[in-house]
Amino acid sequence: MSKQPAPLSVQRWTPLSVAATLAIAGLMIALAFTPLFASAEVIDRLTTLFIYIILAIMWNALAGYGGLVSVGQQAFFGLGAYAAIRLSYWGVPVYPALILGALLAGAVALPLSVFALRLKGGEFAIGMWVVAELAHLLVNLDGLIQGETGTSLIALNAFSPDHRRADNYWLALAAMAVAAAVVFALLRGRLGVSVQAIRDNEEAAASIGVRVLGGKRVIFILSAIGCAMAGTLWLATSITFEPKTYFSVQWSAYMIFMALVGGLGTFEGPILGAILFFLMESLFGATGVWYLVGLGAAAVVFSLFLPQGLWGFIENRFTWRFLPIGYHLRLPEED
Amino acid sequence: MSLLTIDRLEARHGLLTAVREVSLALKEGETLALVGANGAGKTTLMRAIAGAHKPAGGRILLDSTDVTHTPAHRRVAMGIALVPEGRRLFPGMTVEENLLVAGAVGRPGPWRVETVLDAFPMLKKRLKARAGTLSGGEQQATAIGRALMTNPLVLLLDEVSLGLAPIAVDQVYHSLAGLIGSGTTILLVEQDLARAFGVATRIACMLEGRIVLEGLAQDMTREQVTAAYFGLGRGNGSGGGQGSGQDGGKGHHQP
Amino acid sequence: MIWVSQILQGVLLGGYYALIACGLSFMFGVMRIINLAHGDLAVLAGFLVWFIAGQTGINPFLALALVIPLMAALGWVLQRTMLERSLRAGELVPLLSTFGLAIVIENLLFEQFGADTRSLAPYIGGLSYDSLTIGGQIYLSYLGIIIFAVAVAILGGLHFFLGHTNLGRAIRATAEDIDTAELVGINSRAVYAAAAAIALATVAVGGAALGMRATFAPYAGPAQLIFAFEAVVIGGLGSLWGTLAGGIALGVAQNIGATINTHGFLIAGHVVFLAFLALRPFLTSLNAKGRIKALLRRAA
Repeated sequence: MSKQPAPLSVQRWTPLSVAATLAIAGLMIALAFTPLFASAEVIDRLTTLFIYIILAIMWNALAGYGGLVSVGQQAFFGLGAYAAIRLSYWGVPVYPALILGALLAGAVALPLSVFALRLKGGEFAIGMWVVAELAHLLVNLDGLIQGETGTSLIALNAFSPDHRRADNYWLALAAMAVAAAVVFALLRGRLGVSVQAIRDNEEAAASIGVRVLGGKRVIFILSAIGCAMAGTLWLATSITFEPKTYFSVQWSAYMIFMALVGGLGTFEGPILGAILFFLMESLFGATGVWYLVGLGAAAVVFSLFLPQGLWGFIENRFTWRFLPIGYHLRLPEED
Repeated sequence: MSLLTIDRLEARHGLLTAVREVSLALKEGETLALVGANGAGKTTLMRAIAGAHKPAGGRILLDSTDVTHTPAHRRVAMGIALVPEGRRLFPGMTVEENLLVAGAVGRPGPWRVETVLDAFPMLKKRLKARAGTLSGGEQQATAIGRALMTNPLVLLLDEVSLGLAPIAVDQVYHSLAGLIGSGTTILLVEQDLARAFGVATRIACMLEGRIVLEGLAQDMTREQVTAAYFGLGRGNGSGGGQGSGQDGGKGHHQP
Repeated sequence: MIWVSQILQGVLLGGYYALIACGLSFMFGVMRIINLAHGDLAVLAGFLVWFIAGQTGINPFLALALVIPLMAALGWVLQRTMLERSLRAGELVPLLSTFGLAIVIENLLFEQFGADTRSLAPYIGGLSYDSLTIGGQIYLSYLGIIIFAVAVAILGGLHFFLGHTNLGRAIRATAEDIDTAELVGINSRAVYAAAAAIALATVAVGGAALGMRATFAPYAGPAQLIFAFEAVVIGGLGSLWGTLAGGIALGVAQNIGATINTHGFLIAGHVVFLAFLALRPFLTSLNAKGRIKALLRRAA
């Protein structure tokens, strides 16, 4: 009876999360080989899904971890696509232009962050929306774009449709994997702890020496690059660039739906949300308006009644932890 | 028949129980002073009576009507008014507006803006000033006046002298003496025993969420109350008493 | 002369922006909610007036008199069913839920009325184009003047209401400190619902003004929200007269922008708004210095 109790141990990897991580690695390898045998339609649909997942992850990083609800991430989606078109027009090879375009649009976020991050709550939300509107109007002024008429990424026509399809797929898969890995690494590291402290209580976090602005800025820029990459990928799959489509607030609606329904502030939630969104779009997208009404209604219902989203609900209900992001206290076992 | 009855009331802050099985009864026209160290549960008890803190158990009766689950604003309409700790005026509104906003509850009675000004003459010249610009004493007078504007049956006063200059405390207590003389039923929290003995007909002492001593002020000595205040002489040895004593020593009380 | 004219047109346009913004400003001032469905609610009101006027043949001003209580009732219901719950859930949830509501409203409007643009102009006869001529060169539309006057009247009315009525004082008290408001006998839930009803009553007027002075379509709401929000922010969030000043600043900027370049109307408005946001910290610190100076002067 007098023996010392074993100390608590802190665990990051649980058996379930090891299994989940291995399963994900296997899934990624399988996905990488999919274009070799899948039909054109499957490849196109999966590419779309990857783009949705990137958007959901990026919006969640901003809102779920940074506490910043943006209704203007379509600014980067559109600017990324526009930058890719500009770069390609200037002679940059088309696939590098897609990646560079995303980075350039992300670079816009750096000066923007100086003023945007001073805004709070609704001011940030609508402020970003105005930024997107302004970006749209300014892009329209570029003669190359021809106003709302838009233009095309003509350089892509040099590739055969089958090649292009596979290349887009691999680029989207890689971008999704990188986006998820970067967010995962950030959240697992010191930044993850500090941004969550900021989200939970900004003043308290600042008072214990968390660099509030620095953490938010990293997430803001990361989210901009991610959304811009989604924009260039969208351009790669559709080839045409109509500013109205790319700078549409609809993208924000989609991102909010995916992150909110899947689970704000969880790593797995937005991925689940994107898959759900993708399935709903495949099943009900044809109903048009009613489908959009359903998305809006779902956002209302989830924000009011299940703000932790489906994944948050599952986690709380079953205490599952697929991915080793948090820290788990293990009580010493009786022996 | 009691005007206000507290029956085995329990109130918690999360896992911490702040008020444990407190029972009290207040007759019409009585002034009961609640004393006790910081953290004894006095403010939580007051807020629970006013409806600002949801009790975890027990009952609160006003004139034999159960108000335990009545929302705060309805209790005001029924005749319970709290002057909260820290005054809590509406700082962007004028003194007059602070009074009028409470008067809108529409209970019949003697209190109007004019009668409040008669009771607190210092407010006359500050009537149009924003409450945020008042001195501590003026703020406290406005806060008491605001509660009176609802013409309450029971007036709850939480630490009216806290943070005030001694002269302002004198003024506030001078006005309170008038109220007490007029037959208003009052439950007040006071850290200063001398003040408590000066105005109260009865005294109750709280310690760690319980009432440990209660009786008519005239039947009690300062020493008895002080002992209860610090948890001395509870018959469970001096160890616990000392612990509480250190706790109580941090209060504003000077025995 | 064209500049004077454009600035005056901008001032009148600012009256419209103030009108559409005052409900947003009021709701933010009282409940700290930024209602992202605000513009869509205004468009909904516009459609209701248009529908009633078109179906019954009554004057759109009369139709508006019917729509105002309808929108007020909707505000009450929205507050009790949705906003109240959102508010309890923290700072971000109201943004998410009202954004969801916006998507529902605009798509239901599209489902019901189709994509065509509508206008109330055909129902108001000469008022839609008659104008006042000053010095033979400046034309001010009567409708613009009426809308400006209505905006001033509503803002002034709200100001008076908040300062001099029991409900107005109760709304201010609740906005300042909701817990203490309950302790002085204010039913804060009812007060919030009343405030939402008042806000949406003004939105009804704004929606009718939108329909009379221009055209609107089911997806016109977000643009109205953005204009309203820009006016509210430039004027100082939650300040009613500031909203009028902000609306005028926005309207004048847009008209000057349009004079410079054919695409300049919207760009100038957004640029002024973003520049204001970027410079606001410096503006407020200047303002604070001014106040300190004023205090020193008084003390001296």
